[in-house]
Amino acid sequence: MEQKITNAPAARHRSAPLWVQIVVWIGLLILMVFLGLGLFRAQHPIISIGSRVPDFTLNLFEDYQYQNESQISLASLRGKVVVVNFWASWCVTCADEAPTMETAWQYYQSDGEVVFLGVDYTDVDSKALDFLATYEITYPNGPDLGTRITPIFNRNIAMPETYIIDRQGIMQYKQIGPFQSLAEIRSAIDPLLGAR
Amino acid sequence: MGKKAPANHLFFTILLLFFIAITVLSFKSVRAQEPTPSDDEVNAIARQMFCPICENTPLDVCPTEACHDWRELIRQMLAQGKTPSEIKQYFVDHYGDRVLSEPPRAGLNWLVYVLPPIAFITGLLLLFRAFRMWKVKSTATFQEEVSASKPAHGNEYATRLEDELRRRN
Repeated sequence: MEQKITNAPAARHRSAPLWVQIVVWIGLLILMVFLGLGLFRAQHPIISIGSRVPDFTLNLFEDYQYQNESQISLASLRGKVVVVNFWASWCVTCADEAPTMETAWQYYQSDGEVVFLGVDYTDVDSKALDFLATYEITYPNGPDLGTRITPIFNRNIAMPETYIIDRQGIMQYKQIGPFQSLAEIRSAIDPLLGAR
Repeated sequence: MGKKAPANHLFFTILLLFFIAITVLSFKSVRAQEPTPSDDEVNAIARQMFCPICENTPLDVCPTEACHDWRELIRQMLAQGKTPSEIKQYFVDHYGDRVLSEPPRAGLNWLVYVLPPIAFITGLLLLFRAFRMWKVKSTATFQEEVSASKPAHGNEYATRLEDELRRRN
């Protein structure tokens, strides 16, 4: 009688318990969501034209004050048009733009309807102060301490950049690169002064 | 002799003043030559930080002017006697955590430190399990092959052979 020898041990596939599999998959899903959100945030600014600008506080350099205060919060400027200019002393085009910005500030300063804020991005303080002295910049200026202000406007900023915020705190204009003339700056600001 | 004494006095006084002046001047020149921190000392700290403008470029090798300014700032702070951790803290306070090559171990940053070892250990466990399964499978296959090639008891050829042998005997 034919007898088949089947003494080989059965290769049994033991899978992990169901709850372990569920936990692993959920963990992977959460990780993917985190990574996706991180990548999305890295590519997109917090605000865009037409959106409300979150409040921030700019600590001013020594020798700079605004209404006898050494810091300015955006919220305190509600009702005014705010021009936020990002610059750095190592940025060549910022140096090209600086005299034009100061001329524009001189043009608007007397009415008190427009406030210019200079935000110094990743700079060494001594160099920044030299820059301000060289171009005789008089409008309020301060360093972006901890790089907290810049990412609100642009996470991958290209110096210089200027953002104009209307009286209601809504961003209305964005200039990537330097302004070339007072006329160009006026064309961005004047339409906002009429709107109350 | 008595007249020469004031002249000698004057001579020795001038000589003494001369030596004092030389000593003071040499001391000042030694102080002026106090070594400023070397590039190696500066770069030892700079390589623990990243350029603020370029993506993923360590500060010690970044050619931009901003990085040059930062390295000079590190040199000044070292010359002032600041420790590397004080210098790094200054940069974090001024420019944020992102300047550090190693994120601070706090909040979600912990994921950076915890996930890679967990992924590595999980990978090792999976590999170990997979190898063990392959071993069991290959043993089983080999034994099946052996049993298949082995002539079964009661095979007709074996029966004939046994008959032939019996007949000859």
